Amino acid sequence: MILKINNLHSTVDGKTILKGLNIEVKAGEVHAIMGPNGSGKSTLANIIAGKEDYEVTQGTIELNGENISELSPEERAHAGVFLSFQYPVEIPGVSVTNFIKTSINENRKARGLEDMPAKDMLQKIREKSELLEIDRKFLSRSLNEGFSGGEKKRNEIFQMAMLEPKLAILDETDSGLDIDALRIVANGVNKLKSKDNAVIVITHYQRLLDYIVPDFVHVLYDGKIVKSGVASLALEIEAKGYDWIKQELENLV
Amino acid sequence: MDLKDKILSSYVAFENEMDMNSDIHEIRMKSLENFEKLGFPSKKLEEWKYTSLNTVLKNDYSLFPNKEVSVDLADVKKYFIHDIDSYKVVFIDGKYNSFLSETTHDTIDVCLMSAALTKPKYKIVIENYFNKIAKQDNLTSLNTAFAKEGSYINIPKNVEVQKPIQIINLTTGSEIATMMQPRNLIVLEENAHVQIIERHQSLNSNAVLSNVVTEVFVARNATVDYYKIQNDNLNASLVDNTFIEQKTNSEVSVHTFSFGGNITRNNLNFYQRGEHINSILKGITIIEDKQLVDHHTLVHHIGPNCESHQDYKGIYDERSTGVFNGKVLVAKEAQKTNAYQQNNNILVSDKANVNAKPQLEIFADDVKCSHGCTIGQLDDEALFYMQQRGIPKKEGKALLMYAFANTVLESVKIPEVKSRITKLIAQKLKINIGFNL
Repeated sequence: MILKINNLHSTVDGKTILKGLNIEVKAGEVHAIMGPNGSGKSTLANIIAGKEDYEVTQGTIELNGENISELSPEERAHAGVFLSFQYPVEIPGVSVTNFIKTSINENRKARGLEDMPAKDMLQKIREKSELLEIDRKFLSRSLNEGFSGGEKKRNEIFQMAMLEPKLAILDETDSGLDIDALRIVANGVNKLKSKDNAVIVITHYQRLLDYIVPDFVHVLYDGKIVKSGVASLALEIEAKGYDWIKQELENLV
Repeated sequence: MDLKDKILSSYVAFENEMDMNSDIHEIRMKSLENFEKLGFPSKKLEEWKYTSLNTVLKNDYSLFPNKEVSVDLADVKKYFIHDIDSYKVVFIDGKYNSFLSETTHDTIDVCLMSAALTKPKYKIVIENYFNKIAKQDNLTSLNTAFAKEGSYINIPKNVEVQKPIQIINLTTGSEIATMMQPRNLIVLEENAHVQIIERHQSLNSNAVLSNVVTEVFVARNATVDYYKIQNDNLNASLVDNTFIEQKTNSEVSVHTFSFGGNITRNNLNFYQRGEHINSILKGITIIEDKQLVDHHTLVHHIGPNCESHQDYKGIYDERSTGVFNGKVLVAKEAQKTNAYQQNNNILVSDKANVNAKPQLEIFADDVKCSHGCTIGQLDDEALFYMQQRGIPKKEGKALLMYAFANTVLESVKIPEVKSRITKLIAQKLKINIGFNL
């Protein structure tokens, strides 16, 4: 089991966002989390990554059987959590290359390893930038500064490829992408999938799931997973929206 | 006896060694009178509102340190940019040190102000340029009154100086407190080019007050790259008064790196007399403790079609104080001026403070003048982003601060200066970033 979230409750600024969320993600699986605006999708992503603004009031988050709820964001990253941000931050003055080098070597340091030899680093950067069809010139630009929406997302997946996480969470990675960029990004993610890692795709739309086919689809609504199914659930949502699910819930009550 | 009285009463002894019949002495006397009238600046003056010299002026300074102190190259080498071939004019306690220096009279003059002020060979240049653009204000007048030693640089027409010139003023702290009045004159004729690195450094923790005046004259098509490295001991204070006159098609950039000292006041003044002139003023300030760095800049756009670019970054920790007062004056005739000013500050501690004042006085009607000023903290979102990629918070903060200052470094043209400054920044931020700065 890569990720196991048990009865997770959380608040931000005193407001309750997650209200008893459960999810289990096994190695080799792709899970999609869908849901209407404000249902708590991005909150979930940020909480798994350890953002300090969010308070976990109840429940546990386990990564590879280990409770990570008390770890700092960097410790979770070292443990193998990767979050592809919905809005990647611009850092003027630090190039993409220098940033990823720092990131890789800090992750290695945490595991007691020496810095990656420059030659290996270059080789890896070359390989992964080709995978994501990234122009070399792009790598010497300041991180995300002046990048188009598509470039920012591609850069996120490039970093994911470099870091090889155990658990990758893609938060609305499809937003702001044109169809070509979407294809490249999805192709990158698919190439990185293995029997040892897992991917959670958070999205509004079915579109991305045409390319990254999920094993499971979950609907997050009002801070809980209210419905789970296979890939066809996403198609059903695409066709019918969320109202029928809300209706089902009300009928239950 | 307070410092002002001490200075005034020491003048007789000082002039005793000078040629009292020279025109220069006339200028000195007038400046002394001026200083006598004005005295040291107080916080009552608008220009000194945020910076008080009071504590600094309480020291009992030795005005003309006389002890011969020998200095080993090995001990001071680190204050030079030593990995490049360069001319050097080195002063120890205000006196020229020939052993550490490398001057020249071959095509160009890189030598001593004392020689230029006294030898007939330089008479015309001195007549034309000495004290011609230095303001007649309190501290500049004080310097002029005691103007005697410093660097004299003269670059003739069409000469592109191949190696940088380093001006290094070392104080040994052989006295409890030392006051210095270095005076530099730099003259570039048409189409000349020069790079200058200036540093003032005290060698122990005794008090130092350096009141420097530098006049720079830049003729048509000439270019100057000037780097000021300020990273002194906690008891060393510096008032740097620099005046730069530019003629048509000239370009001058001054980078000021202020990483330490007690009080550091930079009065950087540009006068654009011509057209198509470019003036670039950049600075990085990183300080902590109770240090203060005050940048007072003036760009006087006198002729039309000229540009000025100012970019000052500051990072303030602990109880440190930053001041930025950027004055842009656009004369009525200076149409089509393009003046840009940017001042960004990060307060790392709750107790640090910054006083920022853009001051634009525009008398022409067809100009582009912009200014921006920010005072903020490190961006939490950016910090989380970096932590998410496995970069610990402390390193992340340092990386953000480095990145913040980095835009100013991009325009540094001497690679060795750039790498030295990046090292100093890493040292200041107490970090070892995972890539080669």
